[in-house]
Amino acid sequence: MEAFLHQVFSGLATGGIYASLALALVMIYQSTNHINFAQGEMAMFSTYLAWSMIDAGLAYWWAFLLTVAISFITGVVIERIIIRPVERAPVLSVVTVFVALLVIFNSVAGWIFTYTIKTFPSPFPEQPLFGNRYISSHELGAIGITLGVLVVLYLFFRFTPLGLAMRAAAQNATSSRLSGIRVGWMLALGWGLAAAVGAVAGMLIAPIVYLDPNMMSGVLLYAFAAALVGGIDSPFGAVLGGFLVGVLENLIGAYVVGTELKLTVALVLIIGVLVFKPTGLFGRVFVSRV
Amino acid sequence: MALLEVADLFAGYSAENVLRGVSFSVERGGITAILGANGAGKTTLLRAISGLLRRRGSIRFDDQAIERTTTEDIARLGVGHVPEGRGTFLDLTTEENLRIGAYTRNDRRAVALDLERMFTYFPRLKERRRQQAGTLSGGEQQMLAVSRALMLRPRLLLLDEPSFGLAPLVVQDIFRIMRGINADEGVSVLLVEQNAALALELADRAYVLETGQVVISGSAADVRSNESVRRAYLGF
Repeated sequence: MEAFLHQVFSGLATGGIYASLALALVMIYQSTNHINFAQGEMAMFSTYLAWSMIDAGLAYWWAFLLTVAISFITGVVIERIIIRPVERAPVLSVVTVFVALLVIFNSVAGWIFTYTIKTFPSPFPEQPLFGNRYISSHELGAIGITLGVLVVLYLFFRFTPLGLAMRAAAQNATSSRLSGIRVGWMLALGWGLAAAVGAVAGMLIAPIVYLDPNMMSGVLLYAFAAALVGGIDSPFGAVLGGFLVGVLENLIGAYVVGTELKLTVALVLIIGVLVFKPTGLFGRVFVSRV
Repeated sequence: MALLEVADLFAGYSAENVLRGVSFSVERGGITAILGANGAGKTTLLRAISGLLRRRGSIRFDDQAIERTTTEDIARLGVGHVPEGRGTFLDLTTEENLRIGAYTRNDRRAVALDLERMFTYFPRLKERRRQQAGTLSGGEQQMLAVSRALMLRPRLLLLDEPSFGLAPLVVQDIFRIMRGINADEGVSVLLVEQNAALALELADRAYVLETGQVVISGSAADVRSNESVRRAYLGF
């Protein structure tokens, strides 16, 4: 029982990280109908940024905040400079740009930081909190930070005029422009937010999977699975899907297929959803009258 | 000086021009109607004014050239556009749709008052306030589209076929409210309509568009008594 609970809790911890990254994917998908394949590598690069700052002697939380801010700005700049020119290009060209971004971030990280695996510090104590036996401090902290990020995003999109404008721009660009919303900037802001959320996910997963240029490839796959399970156009679905995939991954890995095949679970989920329920659990069923 | 002055306007979707040298104006506080059959270029005309498509010629709004201005900035100058197909944000609630209309405004108090004003114009929208706009009926969505444009506090309102696909009673409602808004708040209106009788009742000036060109123009009364308009558009 103890082992089982331990699997569930650590699944929730990694699941929260998948949820954040899945949410980043969904945010960009909703406004552009494209999946940003480079989302994971951008998060990995952000994590290296944080590592360099900590390595240079900066306190963890300062490095954390600075990294989030820099990632946000980088996301905005990437949208403005690289994505905007291909806005009206065919899907395949856009996919090519995303894959190119992925490769560029990966190889530049390898070139600057080498491919040697590094350890990344956790800001949380090594001893489990409150003397519990089921969950480590880092896992508990990761769940806390993830939930915090999700709540802040929810409040932003739900209750601020800017958040509302971003949702509007994602839904109906023409009507938004007719209302005076600068749709191009809303997309750029979306990229910034996605990059910032990705950076948080990267910094939270790095102490678990260790830091190297390929650290996010598996994580991104789980995030894809999460987004698809929840419904690629549903932010709530993506978050729920993230936690679900995290727990499933752990339980199936521990009790069914063994840890070597854990990543296969993600692939099976992706294929299963695409074949049996392409809209996912919370994908949109159109309710509209004309 | 007219509020909107369009001269020699060419516009279209690809290489070909749908509009071929259109000129007309909307007086301050006036209502101008553009009549014409399907495919005459009525919707294209409104979209060209709002900068939603490639255009050439002169468009002056409030003595300012806007033929090179972006859609967003034209809206910010005070041009509200009720687009063809209503342009509803289907996944947002009715109230959120209205708040989007007021996005460019900073006077929160006045926005709150305007929101209540829209609900007195269209009580149906108040009932559906927290409902997803995609679940609204066609007539309700048209009310919402008009209200959303009015939330911008426009000086000029562009209306694209407000009667399209709606029950006569709903149409009457919308036109009555349009007249009120024009009279009480001095919002000028450019109305594009297939229902010529209805449009001529509301408008003070009218233009008839055929294959991208103005073929008849004048005061609404003149156009209404024009023999070919009576035959082609009024069913006499």
